[in-house]
Amino acid sequence: MKVKDIVDALKLRVLAGEKGLNREANGVYTCDLLSWVMSHGKKNNVWITVQIHPNIVAVASLLEFSCIIIPENISVEETTLTKANEENIPILQSNLNAYEICVELNKLGV
Amino acid sequence: MLMEELLSVKYDVISGDFIRGGEASSNLKKLLNQLGIRSDVVKRICVACYEAEMNIVIHSVGGYIQAKIYNDRIEIIAYDNGPGIPDIELAMQEGYSTASEIAREMGFGGGMGLPNIKRSSDEFYITSEVGKYTKLKIIIYFD
Repeated sequence: MKVKDIVDALKLRVLAGEKGLNREANGVYTCDLLSWVMSHGKKNNVWITVQIHPNIVAVASLLEFSCIIIPENISVEETTLTKANEENIPILQSNLNAYEICVELNKLGV
Repeated sequence: MLMEELLSVKYDVISGDFIRGGEASSNLKKLLNQLGIRSDVVKRICVACYEAEMNIVIHSVGGYIQAKIYNDRIEIIAYDNGPGIPDIELAMQEGYSTASEIAREMGFGGGMGLPNIKRSSDEFYITSEVGKYTKLKIIIYFD
């Protein structure tokens, strides 16, 4: 499944990284402790986090995550969006909470 | 057999710069991918390098990451100019952290950095002197 398919199905807002919407998405990881994410996240994972600072883009890029989903309409720092555009990492915003996003992604078979 | 050093890169790491923090690791990753290093090995190198880099950003007054690439391995030196670690054994314990409240709110300071580095490395050495420096040497083999 492509990131853009998830965007359509969950009606996510694309805040940045539009060029990465054709990335392949496989598996979901949700955690806000960055060292934990670094050691357990896998390539092409969809990452759900409430962290909004620019370093999340570094983590996502190093682990080759497909995209980052920000739950509960949390607004994201401008510098984070700029970095995401540079790295082509889609940052997607949802009105759902992390659990509800996981449920919807599970239904999609991500 | 003595392995020849193929190339060496060095990146300055600035204290408190969470915006550029991770760039050294990103640049190193691009280089390793260009060299055709196996992806699971690149991932281990990235984890170790990122944690070392963020440690310098979070805990130190600044320093550098130097990577020397050989035919069979990479050697990463992460050096900072202090404040140093008083009790290395304690610092190596998973869950122990001295990170600031601000760093914790950003999702750092879980006390996992050094253990993650050690786990990702084939060889790992840490030396430190309070008020002077902390130096990590990380060796990861390509095969």
